[in-house]
Amino acid sequence: MMRRLASLKFAAVLCAFFAIAACSSNDKSGDEVGNAEPAKPGSERDFIVNVGDRIFFPTDITTLSDAAKETLRRQAAWLKLYPSVKIQIEGHADERGTREYNIGLSARRGSTTKAFLVSQGIEPGRISTIAYGKERPVALCDAESCWSQNRRAVTLITSGAAS
Amino acid sequence: MSAYMKTVSSKLATLAAVAVCAVALLLAGTPRSLALIEIDITQGNVEPMPIAVADFIGSSEKDRQFGQDIAGVINGNLQRSGLFRPLGRDAHIEKISSFDAAPRFGDWRIIKAQALVTGRIALQSDGRLKAEFRLWDVFAQTQLTGFQFFTTPRNWRRIGHLISDAVYQRLTGEKGYFDSRVVFIEETGPKDQRVKRLAMMDQDGANLRRLTNGDHLVLTPRFNPKSQQITYMSYAGRKPRVYLYNIETGQREIVGDFQGMTFAPRFSPDGRQVIMSWQRDGDGNANIYTMDLRSRKIRRLTNTPAIDTGPSYSPDGKQIVFESDRGGSQQIYVMNSDGSGQQRISFGKGRYSTPVWSPRGDMIAFTKLLSRRFLIGVMRRDGSGERILTEGYHNEGPTWSPNGRVLLFFRESRGERGGPKLWSVDLTGYNEQEVETSNFASDPAWSPLMN
Repeated sequence: MMRRLASLKFAAVLCAFFAIAACSSNDKSGDEVGNAEPAKPGSERDFIVNVGDRIFFPTDITTLSDAAKETLRRQAAWLKLYPSVKIQIEGHADERGTREYNIGLSARRGSTTKAFLVSQGIEPGRISTIAYGKERPVALCDAESCWSQNRRAVTLITSGAAS
Repeated sequence: MSAYMKTVSSKLATLAAVAVCAVALLLAGTPRSLALIEIDITQGNVEPMPIAVADFIGSSEKDRQFGQDIAGVINGNLQRSGLFRPLGRDAHIEKISSFDAAPRFGDWRIIKAQALVTGRIALQSDGRLKAEFRLWDVFAQTQLTGFQFFTTPRNWRRIGHLISDAVYQRLTGEKGYFDSRVVFIEETGPKDQRVKRLAMMDQDGANLRRLTNGDHLVLTPRFNPKSQQITYMSYAGRKPRVYLYNIETGQREIVGDFQGMTFAPRFSPDGRQVIMSWQRDGDGNANIYTMDLRSRKIRRLTNTPAIDTGPSYSPDGKQIVFESDRGGSQQIYVMNSDGSGQQRISFGKGRYSTPVWSPRGDMIAFTKLLSRRFLIGVMRRDGSGERILTEGYHNEGPTWSPNGRVLLFFRESRGERGGPKLWSVDLTGYNEQEVETSNFASDPAWSPLMN
C-alpha cells in the first residue's frame, strides 16, 4: 500500500512536471525538451509536453490509478481533436520480475490502457499495442525511484501528427 | 573419500548410445575386473576423485598437438563437473609412450591418481582425425573402458567431449553432459539500449556462434530436442512473435500467423509441437496454446483472465508445468497435455516462475522471488521437497543439463553498468561457477546430447 501511494505521488509529481513544462515552453523561458519553439498544436511534441505520453503502475499492478486515468482522459481528448492520428501503446515492466511474466504483465498493461482509451470514445482501430516486458528501461538505478518509472505504458504516435 | 567410492560388480554401463561412431577397444589379455571405482553422485558435497589425463600420444608433431589439446578439453570438463580433480601434467611421473601397453600403475598410484586416461591421435590419409582412448582403474590395474572415434579435425573438441562423457559415465554410472551446446542471448551496449543477439556455444563456452545480427530484440531461445532447430521470440518488424531457426541452414521462419503477441515458446519432447503463450488482439491477457508444426493446428490449453506463461513439458509429454497469476500472484501449476486437470503445485512463501521440467522427469526447476531476492530452486513434480540451490539479488531462468545433474541460469549484477552472466550449479546446490562469456549473456537453454 505504501509503495502504491508513493508511486501515485510520483505520478502526480510527474503530471505537475508536464504542467510546468507546458507553462515554461509557453513563456519560452527554458524548455525541458530542448526546443525553444512552443509545441505546435497536433504535433507529437504537443502530445508529449501538453498531454503526457505515459502512465505508471505500482509493482505487479495492471489496473489504472486515478492519476493514470486522468492522463488517459487528456490523451483521449487530444486524440479526438486530431482524428487522423494513430497510436501504439507500449507496455513495460520493471526489471524486478522474470522475463516471460514481465512480457505478459506489460501486455496486460497495454491492453488495459487501450481499453480505457476505447471507453473514452477512441476507435480501437487507431490503437495498436506492443509489450516490451523489462527490455526497455528508461531509468537505470537499482531502486524503487527508477523501477517506478519503468513500470509504464507509453502512448506513441505512429502516424497522422502535425510535423 | 572412501565413503564416496563404492565397489560395483554389476553396473557395467553400456556406452553404445553415447558414441555412435565409436568402437570399443580392449587390450588383449586384460582380465575382466571385479574391483571397480565409482563416484556416488547422489551425495551432496562429493570429494572429487583424483584422475590423471595423460597427453594423448601421436606419431607427428601435429598429432601430439591435437593430443595435448584434447587432453586439455577433458581436464577442463572433468574439473568443472566438481566430481573429479584432474592432476596437473607436471605431477605425472610416467610419460606414456605406448597406447597398447598397460601403463606403469605404480607411477600413477604414487601421485594418488585413482583413474587414468590415456590416448592416441592419428591424422588419417583421408584427412580424418582418429582418436583412441582408454580409461584405467589405477588400483585394480585394469582397463575400465576404451573407444576409438573418427572425426574431421575441425571437430577435435568434440572428441574431448565424447571421451569426457565416456569417463563420466563409466565412473559415475550416469550419462554425461559434455557433448552438448548452449543457446543463449548475448547482450551488448548500455542497459537502456541493449542489443541482443541469438548465440550458441559448446557447453564449455568454446565455439561461440552468433545467429542473429542484433537488428531485432530476441529472447528466450530453446532447443528442439529432436532436431537442429531453435525456437525463440523476436521483435522483428515491431511484431513480437515466436520464430523457428534452423541451425544447419540458418533459415528463419515465423511460427504461425497469430494475431497479437506470441512468446515463451518451447518444444514438445517429440519436437513436433511448439507450446507458447499467446495474447490475442483484443484479449486482456496471455493464455497457453500449442501448435503442431506439421499440420499447423492450434490448440488452446488454458482459458483464464490471468497471465499464463512459461510452459514446459514433462519428458514423457504427458504433462505440462507452467506459471500463472490466476490465484493473485505468480505460482507454478501442472496440467495434462490436453489442458485438463490444472492444479497448483507451489505453496511456499514468495512467488514462483519459469518452471522447467527435468530431463529425468522427477523434478521441476524454477525461479523464486522472495523478499526482493531471486532464487533458483527445484521441487518434485508434485511440488513437494523444495530445495533452493542458489540465491541473491537476481538469479533467473534455470535450464537442465542433458543428464539432469547440473543447472545453468543467469545472474544479473547490480548497477547501471551491471548485466547478466551465465552460471552453473549442481542439482545438489554445490559447485556454483560462472560460465565465461566475452559479453553479457542471458536466457540460456541447454541442448540434448549431440549424438
